[in-house]
Amino acid sequence: MLMQLRMALYVFQEAFRSLRRNGWLNFAAAGTTAVSLFVLGIAVLLVVNTNYISKTVESNVEIMAYLDRGLDQNDLKAIRTQIEATPGVKEVRFISKEEALATLAKRFGKESKLKESLGGTNPLPDAFRIRMSEPRQVASAAASINRLPGVEKVRYGQGVVEKMFKLTAWIRLISMVVMGLLGVCSVFLIATTIRLTMFARRREISIMKWVGATDWFVRWPFLLEGMILGAAGALVAVAVLGFSYSALTGKLQEVLAFLPVVRDYRVLIHLFEGLFTAGIGLGLVGSFISVHRYLRV
Amino acid sequence: MIQFFNVSKFYPNGVKALVGATLHIEKGEFVFLVGPSGAGKSTLIKLIFREELPTKGQIYVGGRSIIRMKRRDVPHLRRQIGMVFQDFRLLPDRTVFENVAFAMQVVGAGPQEIKRRVPEVLELVGLKERAQMYPRQLSGGEQQRVAIARALVNKPALLIADEPTGNLDMDTSWEIINYFQEINRRGTTVLIATHAREIVDTLRQRVIALDRGRVVRDEHQGVYAHAT
Repeated sequence: MLMQLRMALYVFQEAFRSLRRNGWLNFAAAGTTAVSLFVLGIAVLLVVNTNYISKTVESNVEIMAYLDRGLDQNDLKAIRTQIEATPGVKEVRFISKEEALATLAKRFGKESKLKESLGGTNPLPDAFRIRMSEPRQVASAAASINRLPGVEKVRYGQGVVEKMFKLTAWIRLISMVVMGLLGVCSVFLIATTIRLTMFARRREISIMKWVGATDWFVRWPFLLEGMILGAAGALVAVAVLGFSYSALTGKLQEVLAFLPVVRDYRVLIHLFEGLFTAGIGLGLVGSFISVHRYLRV
Repeated sequence: MIQFFNVSKFYPNGVKALVGATLHIEKGEFVFLVGPSGAGKSTLIKLIFREELPTKGQIYVGGRSIIRMKRRDVPHLRRQIGMVFQDFRLLPDRTVFENVAFAMQVVGAGPQEIKRRVPEVLELVGLKERAQMYPRQLSGGEQQRVAIARALVNKPALLIADEPTGNLDMDTSWEIINYFQEINRRGTTVLIATHAREIVDTLRQRVIALDRGRVVRDEHQGVYAHAT
């Protein structure tokens, strides 16, 4: 136990000793990791937010079912019952043609002579306004309501929902590609850093070998060094991302108050944990590649 | 201590570094390994140390076959062997004390143990007062004595030196060889590969001569070369 502790202490000392030694290269490796994790963070935030926005938009989607003329109260009741029985429907409200006309008139303004110009008749149909509990069912619900007898036609935000989903998918795809490329870059740079460190310390390594150091004893400081580089990059990325995101969303809410953005700190903490783990992972992979390929002990 | 049975080492480039070498070195012996450059001395040392594996043959060190030895047991083999080189191979950015202590850290020794043992070996090679100096502040002979201290610090059963006096003048060489003799008197087996004819001829120890990869001579109280 004591010996393990001592070994761990030694490994840390060695890792930090070599981190101090080649500063610029470490800086570049940690910097690349920071940039790639920063992009990763932006991508995740974009996806999270578009998901959030599309959900908000979707849940606001309404279906308007316009009715045939000349239906009596019983017909209306029957149609209402059938609409309410459709899966995903949350709320149904009847809008009479008088109410619709009043709303329309209000939109045109007080001075307009809408009713007069229509010659005292009301061309608008009665309608039901339907709210959905399950946004993904909007399209299918609209189709089945459209088939009901007495329903003349159905309107909803056709296309908006689908476009939202498509946009999310594209953002996800593009950010995955960018992220992947940057991830490869940072692994490569960390691998190079560790390789140069090993080259600079080849004397020490061979002396360690001659006096009987185990393979893992030689390897550990390099692996740790890689992990530290990755973690340092991650910290920078998290700090910059956290700061700029909260500043940006704060500004956005001032200017575009209606735009929903994720400001739940638990989501952000989750993201930052993920980025930190990813940074350490990148560092470990990078150093492992070099240790594996160039350190024959 | 060391047994070679019909050991050959051929390199991929076609060099036959060692051909059918058979030799036995007993515990506590003092042996010179001589021969011209390229005769196979360095290869023989690398084989004992399991830096390389032979193409053919069997090698035992300390009673264990090092051919069948698992990779993870190699460090334990090396802990029984102290190595000294012609070019000293000290770490320039560490003091004399740290250079010697390094070998103990590597095998997991504790700070108390290091603090007790390092001055002990430095005293043995007469460098106790130089402990806080850096290698560049020392003469060649002193640097080699640091290397010897490092090789001895983990109390190996076997000390191997590859041309330990190759970079040193005659007086200093004698001084170094005297340390090896002292170490040998304390029970450590010593194997020295050397070109120092005068030293070999004067000491009259066991001499194993290699030539083009073959053991051409193995005699007790031997000399560097017989007149031909």
